[in-house]
Amino acid sequence: MERNVVVSRRRKTETTAATAAKIEGFDVLPADSEEAHVLAVDDSLVDRKVIERLLKISSFKVTAVDSGRRALQFLGLDEEKTSSVGFDGLKVDLIITDYCMPGMTGYELLKKIKESSNFREIPVVIMSSENILTRIDRCLEEGAEDFIVKPVKLADVKRLKDYMMREVRIESESNMNKRKSCCDLTESEPSISSSSSSSSSSESPSRAPVSSSAPSSPSPLDSPVRRLKMTPTE
Amino acid sequence: MLGLGVDRLRADMNRLLALLFHQGVLDEQFLQLQQLQDESSPNFVSEVVNIYFHESEKLLRNLRGLLMDKEFSDYKKIGIHLNQFMGSSSSIGAKRVRNVCVAFRAASEQNNRAGCLRALELLEHEYCYLKNKLHELFHIEQQRVLAAGVRYPMQH
Repeated sequence: MERNVVVSRRRKTETTAATAAKIEGFDVLPADSEEAHVLAVDDSLVDRKVIERLLKISSFKVTAVDSGRRALQFLGLDEEKTSSVGFDGLKVDLIITDYCMPGMTGYELLKKIKESSNFREIPVVIMSSENILTRIDRCLEEGAEDFIVKPVKLADVKRLKDYMMREVRIESESNMNKRKSCCDLTESEPSISSSSSSSSSSESPSRAPVSSSAPSSPSPLDSPVRRLKMTPTE
Repeated sequence: MLGLGVDRLRADMNRLLALLFHQGVLDEQFLQLQQLQDESSPNFVSEVVNIYFHESEKLLRNLRGLLMDKEFSDYKKIGIHLNQFMGSSSSIGAKRVRNVCVAFRAASEQNNRAGCLRALELLEHEYCYLKNKLHELFHIEQQRVLAAGVRYPMQH
């Protein structure tokens, strides 16, 4: 399975920065930054500001875009461009997207990502203001890691770390992270290209494959249920 | 003197917040926003709320424009605007505004133009109230920050 884009943490400096600078909410961080990078997709500016802040305060790097189309462009998956070795941006560790968006819905974005050999392993979380079970089921069946009912809270975002493709080291939580996921490959060095992996993974990127539907830690299995707000739907 | 000013202003803010919670104008999502404000993002709440105001007023204008049109029939468009309004209101904790949107949406789903117009008036009223109160809140907060700064000139 092709892993190049997923594992490559090589930072292309000028091109990446120049292109990324055009994308709202993008801030360029040094190449050795160890924060996980989340791509947030929401057509609402208010919600983008909030999710961006929630993510930053939880020590994630954030790129916020306003449509599924832009998200695909950012990933280099836009159909209108031949994207095989084109722009691959900064590596994305998780995608969080609104469900209801004009043009491409979050569900359609999810499908496109899961259909892509390069990107299907990036965990995708769906957000929606509507607590509709069929919608939730559909998304989970298509491979979404989780479904968050809006409004999104800090507790929801903190749980995103469970879905990270690589271990995220946060100063105060370095001990907590060690208990996470079968994807734990390194003790303290979260860099993907790490050669200090002691896991049994046979793949050179040194990460066990995250299947699109099986979460890597036990709790997320029941988290969609847990996360359903108990307030009645209208 | 200045110390009393800060404390009094903080009390005023808390009283206003408590009132707004009690009236159901705001819910705990507003508190969540306040938790996201800190030294690295000291104006976060007012920034988000100002975006919300800007967008809401656009939506209200669109809604009124649609409904006032003699040949209006695009209830679906009303629904789209309302979904946006509901979403952003929920994201900042504007509970009463959001609830009016829900009722408004129900009227639009029934193609009930009169009901929609009534709901729009109510929505405009609720939004106005919310905006005034939040401006009041931010004003008190601003004064408190100033008063605190004067009180502790060295600490800044």
